[in-house]
Amino acid sequence: MPEADVRLDRVTKRFGSFTAVDDLSLEIPEGEFFSLLGPSGCGKTTTLRMIGGFEEVTSGAIYLGDQNVTDLPPFKRATNTVFQNYALFPHLSVFENIAFGLRRRKTALGEIRRQVAFMLELVELPGYEERRPNQLSGGQQQRVALARALVNNPRVLLLDEPLGALDLKLRKQMQVELKRIQSEIGITFIFVTHDQEEAMTMSDRIAVMRAGRIEQLGAPEELYERPTTEFVAGFLGVSNLLDGEVTERDGDMVSIRLTNGVLVQAPAAATNGAAKVRVGIRPEKLRVVPRGAEVTAGATETNVLEGTVLDASYIGVSTQYLVKTAEGHTLTVYAQNLTTSGASEVLSDGQDVRLSWNPQHTFVIDDAGRSDPEAPMEEARTR
Amino acid sequence: MAHAAPLPDRTRPAGQRVRRAILPAYTGLVVAYLSLPILVMILFGFNDIQGRFNFAWQGFTLEHWGNVFGRYPALNQALINSLTVAVVATVVATTLGTLIGLALTRYEFRGRGPLNLLIFLPIATPEIVLGASLLALFVSVAAPLGLATIIVAHIMFNVSFVVVTVRARIAGFDRHLEEAAMDLGADEWTTFRKITLPLIFPGILAAGLLAFALSIDDFVITQFTAGAQTLTFPLWVYGASRIGVPPQVNVMGTIIFLIAIVGIVLWVYLQRRDMSARPTTLER
Repeated sequence: MPEADVRLDRVTKRFGSFTAVDDLSLEIPEGEFFSLLGPSGCGKTTTLRMIGGFEEVTSGAIYLGDQNVTDLPPFKRATNTVFQNYALFPHLSVFENIAFGLRRRKTALGEIRRQVAFMLELVELPGYEERRPNQLSGGQQQRVALARALVNNPRVLLLDEPLGALDLKLRKQMQVELKRIQSEIGITFIFVTHDQEEAMTMSDRIAVMRAGRIEQLGAPEELYERPTTEFVAGFLGVSNLLDGEVTERDGDMVSIRLTNGVLVQAPAAATNGAAKVRVGIRPEKLRVVPRGAEVTAGATETNVLEGTVLDASYIGVSTQYLVKTAEGHTLTVYAQNLTTSGASEVLSDGQDVRLSWNPQHTFVIDDAGRSDPEAPMEEARTR
Repeated sequence: MAHAAPLPDRTRPAGQRVRRAILPAYTGLVVAYLSLPILVMILFGFNDIQGRFNFAWQGFTLEHWGNVFGRYPALNQALINSLTVAVVATVVATTLGTLIGLALTRYEFRGRGPLNLLIFLPIATPEIVLGASLLALFVSVAAPLGLATIIVAHIMFNVSFVVVTVRARIAGFDRHLEEAAMDLGADEWTTFRKITLPLIFPGILAAGLLAFALSIDDFVITQFTAGAQTLTFPLWVYGASRIGVPPQVNVMGTIIFLIAIVGIVLWVYLQRRDMSARPTTLER
């Protein structure tokens, strides 16, 4: 296995009696775009600040490559940071802001000029050398902050919600930019965000954090398609969860009897042998048809539930249904609007429908992944 | 709607006119009130006085401007003493006060709470009490009264004003800027020199000017701590007032005032230039 670029070994951080980061271990290989994702207060920023050297660890160790940097101050670490509010030096020009790190290393002026110009080119702000930070828009400040960090050629770039202050359009644009720059220079990025969509768009891997711990770590598709806890299922997109019990294992598939007696199938790989489970289906994986209608292309969609449409909202690209099952569970369904005459396709409230989905699209959460009652789940975290 | 009483249209503009006139008139009165004593001081520096008293206008002369530093050697010495005290006290108090201000806003330490309150004491305590207490202290430790004791006293009360002024500036300081500097390879000292100090400097400068102004014209505390041999400018003027203040004092006062005015104009000019460097519209 290649040596990890960043390694956290059982890192804990306490502020007084509050544990911000709880016994966290993590390995990030070189060149990865890695995101720490979670709601505010989950410890993601504290984790980043410990890697940068701005917070002392209470216990544990942090390695950059094979170097133990746990007790090194920020100015002796091969990391650079893009701060949430950019933290550009207001009394220095854009040039001097970017040159700050080079000057600390006594780089020759000609070399500084060359590198600053190169960086401004990279972030697409050539000719802005003499501006002051307060003469720049938010997006431009963001780019300068990025250039100021990257010019030092860090081993790891730390980004603390760098896009949080930008408006939606600019944020989308910067997401693409960041990803482009990262693949261009190929260094490790550790990106902190509370925006699941942002994390999914950019990251190679994501660690979903909650209460100082990593809830689940994996590639975006893995976290979305196979969340192992209710928290992850709810934090990344919308999910429908139904209680059930594993009744039979048969090769690749398991059979689960839901509380309403309906038998559904799920991939065995999604379970870990627990008997009492929750079955999860993403809303866009559900297929909704009027009950009694002929099932035309539903051969693979062998998991079936019946219910009644509670509410239908047409939202352009799709129609969102709330369907109530006979047992009183409310499921969310996204149906793509495939025809242009949208209205005729929309099912009406109160209509009896049949929900079906492919067993392969089922994920399973065991008891360990259940959320505590005091951490309420936001069902609809769509943006 | 149709039955609604029409608004008294003619009285409204009139009322507005009066209201618009009130603010400038009031401002003018306040400015006159504040500057009248200064104008009198400047004017009577040109008074061709007969005898010892400089109360009644007796004619214009430039004589006192000609011999402003030539007539009363003791007054010259007093002015030099005042400037010495003010400069030394300002430099020391500003340095100490800035460091205390930084410590109070930055660090948690034992006694921080009490110190935060204690720093206000010299501001809140009547000067006469401070002066008397300082005299008692100096006498009890057998410190010879003179310039040194005056300076110590001035540093003491100036520090409080500096701390309060600088602390306000530091409170608005973004700590992330220092973290950013360290992140970019600056150690603590470089960070202070390159980032912290330049950014809080306006606060330090304001504090220093305040300290200088407080120090150069302090009378009460200086009176207690000067001893019999040492005179500052205010002490000399007070002594002279019993037998008639010579117009040279007015001239010196005018010079100090002019220097202050030049300083203020320069300050405003520099600020304006700084502001105008920032365009009002942003290019996107």
